[in-house]
Amino acid sequence: MNRKHMQWLAFTLLKLCALMVVAVLFVIIFDIASKGAGAISWEFLTEAPKNHMTQGGIFPAIWGTLLLSIGAILLAFPTGVLTAIYLTEYSAQSRTIIFIDAAITNLAGVPSIVFGLFGFALFVAFFGFGASMLAGSLTLALMVLPIIIKTSEEALLSVPHSFREASLALGATKWQTVRHSVLPYAVPGLLTGLILGVSRAAGETAPILFTAAAYFLPSLPSSVFDQTMALPYHLYILSTQSFNLKATEHLQYGTALVLLGLVLALNLAAIIVRSHFRRKYRW
Amino acid sequence: MIHSRDVNLWYGRKQVLFDVTLDILANCTTSLIGPSGCGKTSFLRCINRMNDIIHSCRVSGEIRVGGIEVYSPKTDVVMLRKKVGMVFQVPNPFPKSIYENVAYGPMIHGKNDRRKLDAVVERSLREAALWDEVKDDLQKSAMELSGGQKQRLCIARALSIEPEVLLMDEPCSALDPIATAKIEDLINKLKEKYTVVIVTHNIQQAARISDYTAYFYLGKIIEFGKTSEMFEKPKEKSTEMYLTGRFG
Ligand SMILES: Nc1ncnc2c1ncn2[C@@H]1O[C@H](COP(=O)(O)OP(=O)(O)OP(=O)(O)O)[C@@H](O)[C@H]1O
Ligand SMILES: [Mg+2]
Repeated sequence: MNRKHMQWLAFTLLKLCALMVVAVLFVIIFDIASKGAGAISWEFLTEAPKNHMTQGGIFPAIWGTLLLSIGAILLAFPTGVLTAIYLTEYSAQSRTIIFIDAAITNLAGVPSIVFGLFGFALFVAFFGFGASMLAGSLTLALMVLPIIIKTSEEALLSVPHSFREASLALGATKWQTVRHSVLPYAVPGLLTGLILGVSRAAGETAPILFTAAAYFLPSLPSSVFDQTMALPYHLYILSTQSFNLKATEHLQYGTALVLLGLVLALNLAAIIVRSHFRRKYRW
Repeated sequence: MIHSRDVNLWYGRKQVLFDVTLDILANCTTSLIGPSGCGKTSFLRCINRMNDIIHSCRVSGEIRVGGIEVYSPKTDVVMLRKKVGMVFQVPNPFPKSIYENVAYGPMIHGKNDRRKLDAVVERSLREAALWDEVKDDLQKSAMELSGGQKQRLCIARALSIEPEVLLMDEPCSALDPIATAKIEDLINKLKEKYTVVIVTHNIQQAARISDYTAYFYLGKIIEFGKTSEMFEKPKEKSTEMYLTGRFG
């Protein structure tokens, strides 16, 4: 086999792999969309479940998921970005820093149920927040924090070193340099991390299982100490605990479709934001 | 203006500068020449303590710029760098407008009055011989300038904070002969107001623009003196070989 054939073979294999990933994604989306589209209606999106979840909508779950994810990101994003700034811009490459960095990488790989149990022990039981939106958001925040730190670090490191040198050489302090010559150019990457964090927080069940999620609530939560319904948990109940699984199948797929739509929309937003800022600051 | 005494510099365990002692006069251009890797950049970056940001770098010895003890623990690096501007080998403008690039320094140092900033931007761009080419469109992105214009913009940016010393690390190495000639003209004018220290690989360039020349070899200063004298009659064999292009 000569080099040309080899090249052809390699590229074909790579192309097949890429196609397979895309195909799987489309099969999932198509399957859920085709089975769930029928359930989507104005009422489904704006009303509460009725008759022991066999009818009605999922609005409380949508609302709860939005609040939980926003709460999680409000806590995790500033903390994560500041941590990343500290780790990349301020600290010398000491052993402690390398250790912290490795710890964060490992934290990103911890199963979400572990975060759930930890959140339960710490926020629900120890701090006494009870099962509540606060405890749920805190737990989700802990879970997405490593993701946000890692993407932020990457975003900061992708800003050319020469910008920092130029700024420092003009007599800027380290903070001024970070503030004016690093952060603005890292914005696309930081926002990518933010949106990935939101979509991860929106989709996870395990962290809120013991810390925030309620099976059914007659009214929307009115304070951060209230429990809330949430989309992924609602989906889990609909498909495991319903009186009549067959009768609620369209509701399950409808819920899955809404959740999927939410996450895909967030990822799409990440892509748009990123390309917008890429165009604004090009170097 | 700049006095260096027994400066030694290490990157980790590797020593790169050995007892560098050098006196640079005010309002003169001094070139640092020598073969690649001999420590010219390292020495230049000692003068405004840009080596601080390289974690493995350690410096001993004494450097004074004007009245400032560069390596004294009491020295405010910000004030030092305000006095000692730097232009890098590869033009590195910020991806902002021309105006914002030049106004960056003054704004960092607390100048926010729009009219004063306008004046600083114009003065700096004029001193960097760029004003006539860009005056009609100061809001244009600096990334759209040519290589030579970018480098003059970086010079203007360095001049914007009115330094006393200007350090230039091979400012022409990324430029064509015409852009190089422009920058050389510029350097000849700058020395009326500033003390210029320039690293160059181009021996003819050193001869054309500098009053004094220091020849570095393997981290030591082999020879230092008036450019005209050194180029006519080098005292050291090594200098002669480098100047005549027999190694380096
Ligand atoms: N950040 C660094 N870490 C470790 N070693 C370095 C670093 N920077 C430079 N060196 C080493 O120090 C020595 C001197 O480098 P320097 O950049 O000062 O040389 P130079 O005279 O400017 O060379 P050139 O003419 O090629 O620019 C080289 O051997 C180089 O490998
Ligand atoms: Mg160099």
